This record gives sequence, structure tokens and C-alpha cells, in this order.
Amino acid sequence: MSGSIVVADRDHAPPGPARAPGARATRWRRGLVGWAFLTPLLAVNLLVVLGPSLATVYYSLTDWSGLGPATFVGLANYRKAFGDPDVREALWHNIIWLVLFLLVPTALGLLGAYLLGRVRKLQMVFRAIYFIPYITASVVNAAVWKMLLSPTSGVAYQLGQLGVPGVGDISFLGDPNLALYSVNFVVDWHFWGFTAVIYFAAMQGVDHDLYDAAEVDGAGSWQQFRAVTLPGIRPTLVFMWLMSIIWTLKAFDYIYIITGGGPGGASDVMATLMYRKAFSEYEAGYAASLGISMTILTALVLVGYQVLRRRGWET
Amino acid sequence: MTATITAPPPVAAHRRSQRSRRERAGFGTVLVLVILALFAIGPVVVILFNAFKNNAQIGTNPLAPPTSFSLSNFSQAWTQGEFSTTMRNSAIICLGSVLGTTIISSLAAYALSHLKVPGGGAVLMYLFLGSALPVQMFVVPLFFLWIKLHLTDSLIGLIIIYWATDAPFATLLLRSFLVKIPKDYIEAARLDGASELQIATKVVLPLARPGVVTVALIVALWAWNEFFWAITFIHNPSLRPIATSFLAFQDQYSTNWGLTSAAALFMLGPVVLLFLFLQRRFVAGLTTGGVK
Repeated sequence: MSGSIVVADRDHAPPGPARAPGARATRWRRGLVGWAFLTPLLAVNLLVVLGPSLATVYYSLTDWSGLGPATFVGLANYRKAFGDPDVREALWHNIIWLVLFLLVPTALGLLGAYLLGRVRKLQMVFRAIYFIPYITASVVNAAVWKMLLSPTSGVAYQLGQLGVPGVGDISFLGDPNLALYSVNFVVDWHFWGFTAVIYFAAMQGVDHDLYDAAEVDGAGSWQQFRAVTLPGIRPTLVFMWLMSIIWTLKAFDYIYIITGGGPGGASDVMATLMYRKAFSEYEAGYAASLGISMTILTALVLVGYQVLRRRGWET
Repeated sequence: MTATITAPPPVAAHRRSQRSRRERAGFGTVLVLVILALFAIGPVVVILFNAFKNNAQIGTNPLAPPTSFSLSNFSQAWTQGEFSTTMRNSAIICLGSVLGTTIISSLAAYALSHLKVPGGGAVLMYLFLGSALPVQMFVVPLFFLWIKLHLTDSLIGLIIIYWATDAPFATLLLRSFLVKIPKDYIEAARLDGASELQIATKVVLPLARPGVVTVALIVALWAWNEFFWAITFIHNPSLRPIATSFLAFQDQYSTNWGLTSAAALFMLGPVVLLFLFLQRRFVAGLTTGGVK
């Protein structure tokens, strides 16, 4: 490779006849090398993600146990899913989960972030502490919360022992009316500190002149928060909500570990239901159709987000 | 989806807020901050307490600090939970995931930042969208494909899945470091006759070391904590990583809080210690990579 060719191929080289004759060859060669560099990534992705995803599309149209041959049945799985009361209940649980997951971590995260901005000395210490639940393993978090929520040794039991009435024998995870909310609470606990750190970083980027101006206008802390802070971090808020919706559709680990979807399906969501259909009830074809449905929901959310962005709603 | 990477750089968190200079933190502020902190690490503290207590002490009050420090829970948990085996498995999985993901994503990030690959934009878009894909989209056929390839109940089988699921994040994060490296360095190396592979490994990656370290750290953390793929693809107890074997252990000894807490500390200890030393890198990596 001669020096002149390389120079001619630089970013700012003018197009047309001024270009050295070998430039096109160099560019071509470099593109080829680039694709070679992308090959390991694309190959492993094709094997694990893309290939099986496309297979899911096919299997969702078949009656398949997972092991034997798959028989093509058209849209039968999807029709079955529409009428399946288990699917309806799981979807409803996803919606409850979403509402809580949008509200609780956001509220705690905004509160934490706002207060972090008001201290200096221990700012980094608090930030680190808030972040810890996000880096500890789901299996361990689930185990400790199982203990803390247990009716025979947990926090409520202890309060009952101390004489607080009516809380001593609450079975947070065993009561079908509470199980879903209890598991969601654990996930909110796992997650809120992460949002606090993100919101905190976003709040540091808000123009301080706006606060000064608001103060001159006589705005109190709460008014400043609503009129300056929240609009200032809106892109981050919207983005985190988008992610929360996507994470809600993926919600699996904590539910699977803590309640397994029980008692009696009371805390089942789409992901746990699908997992059971595929790996316990050997309805892999049906499970595939549930997986596709979840992906379509995710895609719709992403499209909606893009539309909102285009319309400038985000900023 | 570009917002993933353009999410506010966590570095901003280190910039001193002008507001805090103006206002002094009141008692109420500090009180709420402390309550939130107790909420966040209370459960971890309970684990720490219980690991040193015997069952009689836990029976009287499971939430109180220990009155004496007994290490018997630790030795018992270590042998009964077979932590020497599961820690070795997890160490292999972490190392394999970090090495593979770093290599795969470094090459890809270099191509996508400095090689002007035709169609590179489409690849970038695919990586963004791919990280939003629910695993439910591909887990079922993947499982049966892995059975055919004899990759279930195999550490390398699990590692390959981690390569595929972590590489998009790692590539995007590394690329955000690589695009900041001036073209002049690369042009100079090309003039010296270096091949693109040499430029990538000898010039560009050393310059992007903070990015590589962040990626390695996050991928290792994910591999250590990961649950879904491990429980689906590894059923042989002697091949289980620490996460799923802890779950089995905890199911077996669910009433013995002392023992399970000690086991939990084996799993938490390395992560929390590493986090305390490398807090900034963890936060920076996870707040940009939180898309997973």
C-alpha cells in the first residue's frame, strides 16, 4: 500500500478526478476487511439470536412438542392464545406490573436523585449504596426477600411480635391477592436505585440559569422541581419509561424464583407462562406463538416511541 | 434507539452541582436520603448479620445484628453447597464470556468506527434493535438446537450464548469509545504499513482501554449473576454456575437462614467488593448498557 493512495482515501479527500486511481481499490479492500471484522459478531448472533428467532416464527405456526416433528397448523396457536384464559390473566398481570413498575421506581428514583443533588459531602456514598441492589444477583435478592416477607420470620412477623396489630400473619407471597404485588415490590427495590443514578446524572445537565430565573419569580422547591427539573430531564424520563415497558414484557427472573408464577397462577406473567408451556408442558409450538406475540408488542412500543420522537414530544 | 448510548453520560454525576453550593442540605433531606439508603442495603445487611448467627439466634430475632461471630455457617455452606465446584464453573464462564465478547466486539467496534464498512449503518441499527428483542423470541428453538449440537449441559454452550447476547451491548459501548480516537493515529499506522488487525489490536484498543475494561467488568458481572440461560441450559449439578446452584441450595435449606446467608455472601462478596473499588466504571458501564 503506497502512501499516496492512503492519503487520497482520507475522509476529506475531494471526490472526482483529483482522487488517486487506487483509492477505489483501497476503499473496497477496507470494506472487505470491515466485513471480515464483523463476521464473528454476526455469525454468533445468527446462530443464537437471529436463526432461532426466525425458527420461532415458523414453529409458532406448528403443533410441536419440542422433540418430535412439527405439524403445520396455520394460525391455530394464535387463535388458541386469544381465547386462552391463562394468557388473558398473564397479560393482565403484565399490565398491573407495568403500571407499578412505571410508578414506583420512577417516584423513588426521582426523589433519590433530587435529594442527591442537594448534598455534597456524602453524595458519592449515597449514590453507591443506592446502586448496590442493582448489581447483586437476582437469586440472592430473591432469597433474602423471601425471608423478609415470610409470615413466620419476616418483617411483618417481627412487627406483629412487637404488638403492631393485623400484620403478624400476612403471607405476602402465599396470598394470591398479594403475590404479584409483593414480587413487583422486590423488583422495584432491585431497580429504583439504578433509575435514581440515571435521573441524578440527567439532573446535573439541567441549565442552572433556569433555577435562578424560577427563584427570582418566587418559585418554591416543589414548583422548581415541576417547572424546571422535570421538563429538563424529559428525554431521560421518556427513555426510561420506554425501557420499563420493554423490561415489563421481559419480566421473568424474580417471578420464576420467588413464586414460580403461583400460587395458582396468581403471579404468572407472559414470560413465566410461556416458559412453562415450552419446558414443562411440552407445547413448544404454542409457546413460540406467545413469544412472537410478546415480540410484536415490544415492536409496537418501539414504533410508538419513534413516532413520539419524530413529533418532538421527547424534547 | 440511539438514546441508549446518548443517555446522559454518568460522568456528569461527578460535576459539582452549582445548586448544592447555594443551598445547604437540611435535616429533612439527609433523613430521607438515609431512609432510602437503609431501604436499599437493609436486605444485604440482614444477610451479613444472619451469616454469622446460629439458628437459635436467628429464631429469636432474624433481623438483629449477631451477638457472637461464628464462622461455622461459612464452612458448612462451602462444603454442602459445593462452592469450590460452582465457583470454578462460574470463573470459567466469566473468563470465557469476557474473552470472547471482548474479542468479538472489539473487532466489530473497530470496523464500525474506522473502516467505513458498506452497510455498517444497518448493522448498527440491527444491534440497537436486537438488544430490545425479548429472549422469549428465540429461547425455544435455541434450546432444541443446542440439544442437537450437544451444547446443553456444557459450559462452552452457555458461554457462546453469552457472547451472542452481550456482544451487541459491548460493541456499541466500545464503538462510543473508538469514535473519539483521532483518525491521525490510524492513518499514521497505515502509512507505516500496519495491517488493519495490527492497527486494531496494537493502536486502537490500547487507546480505548477504559472502554475495554468497562466492557470486561460488565460482561463478567452479568455472567456471574446470570440466571435465565443458566437454569435453562445447565441441568447437571456438577456444571452449574454459582447462581443456579445457590438457588438449588437455598431451596434445599430454605429454613436454615444462617446457612443460606453464608452461601449468599459467597456470591455477593466478590461483586460488592469489586463494585466498591471500581464504582465509577460499574456505574458508567451499566447506565449506558442498561438496555439489556
